Amino acid sequence: MKTEFKHLQAAHCENGVTTNLLRTVGVENMTEPMTFGIGAGLFYVLLPFLKINNGPAIAFRTMPGLIFKRTCNALEIPVFRKKFSSKESGKRFLDECLERGQAVGCQVGVYYLTYFPKEYRFHFNAHNMIVFGKEDGRYLISDPVMETVTSLSDYELERVRFAKGPFAPRGQIYYPKESKIITDEVMRKAIVTGIKKNVFHMIKIPGTVVGVNAIADTGKKIKKWRDKLGQQKAGLYLAQLVRMQEEIGTGGGGFRYIYAAFLQQAHAFLPKDELLEISKTFTQAGDIWRNAAVQAAGIYKGRIGSQADFDVMGDYLLQISEIEKNAFKALSKIKWNS
Amino acid sequence: MKKEDIPQDDGALNKLTKEIVYAVDSNGKYTTELSTGWEVKTKALDVAWNEIEQRIANAKQKVLNNEASPLLYFIELRLMEIGIVSAYTGFWKWTIKKHLKPEVFKKLSEEKLKKYADAFNVTVEELKTMNVHED
Repeated sequence: MKTEFKHLQAAHCENGVTTNLLRTVGVENMTEPMTFGIGAGLFYVLLPFLKINNGPAIAFRTMPGLIFKRTCNALEIPVFRKKFSSKESGKRFLDECLERGQAVGCQVGVYYLTYFPKEYRFHFNAHNMIVFGKEDGRYLISDPVMETVTSLSDYELERVRFAKGPFAPRGQIYYPKESKIITDEVMRKAIVTGIKKNVFHMIKIPGTVVGVNAIADTGKKIKKWRDKLGQQKAGLYLAQLVRMQEEIGTGGGGFRYIYAAFLQQAHAFLPKDELLEISKTFTQAGDIWRNAAVQAAGIYKGRIGSQADFDVMGDYLLQISEIEKNAFKALSKIKWNS
Repeated sequence: MKKEDIPQDDGALNKLTKEIVYAVDSNGKYTTELSTGWEVKTKALDVAWNEIEQRIANAKQKVLNNEASPLLYFIELRLMEIGIVSAYTGFWKWTIKKHLKPEVFKKLSEEKLKKYADAFNVTVEELKTMNVHED
């Protein structure tokens, strides 16, 4: 059995799954940047006290699952989502979906994801893929970060769907419940909703844990890392920052380029010239994130490592915080109705 | 980032797939391009793995010195932490901490050892000896 499905590669897994699933229910012109923007995916968070792989817990995008949920909500498409208490019921349900031609999104862990290279297999449980059929006893898989589709055996898929640990997927399945023609009017509303939500998350939340304040706070902390952690551990922390920012599924520049692309595409629906200007600002922010990564690499490769080098690194983040703050302020000032 | 500046370095992911990167073309319009990787992030991943290998080696030494049970070695080898081991085995965290002591580990029943072996994807024999035959 095989459902009607067309695989499109994406930079980020949840963007890709959401976009590809929406295309199956009639939202044919959906793109990855539109999904990311409408889902208010851009984010920054540095969780104090929490360590991931013995380094700082940093994320450049919103919580797993939210992009799909928000995008569908904004487009007024009802969503189905289900977790399972047993592997058997999880498999049965998946098979029933495929039987009736329903391609489904699955949250999975990557540690046992056999087709991933070993270097990428950490206990990261918020990867997303689409299962779109079963042929010759193997599930047909569309992993959006890959160029082509692939397949997994019953056991391989079960193992990743029921991976354990933080964000354990518990077999989670999700998909948009209804086909829908999305009018330009709905699309415009969804874009504005997404932008407003992202403005809120990046500049309106008080404190220094999330948003542009958190970027500045990270910059200040980095300047102290050399003394506080020592050269080696500080290098390790910086490597972790770069991995979160540039690894598969980021589109590069900590998702800023994807957001910039979203603003350009949004302009086709809402011809506000500010959108194009602000898009350029996000490109600039993405470029500085990349410069910061190069600086960080200098440190973790041991090529540089003086306090002055850490200061330069920290200052990059302070500069980015300022640029993104202004960009989101500019977005919040756009008069959508005029 | 301009399209022509998209790095095409070697990366671990390259064995599996190229990745999509967003960048602007000569008209300033966003487009996507495939990239084979970026040296900066390849190195970041190397740093993480060097650290992991160091941790595995340290754990192994501790087990050989009889300061910890083989569980410690496998927790590091499988990139786990006690919370994840607990989730896979169903043992409480404090129970696992107890089992990390060599003298307690030696007295574990076959049944309990099997649970750990399954969680680490090894045989009970491999669990006891740290001699792992990877596929």
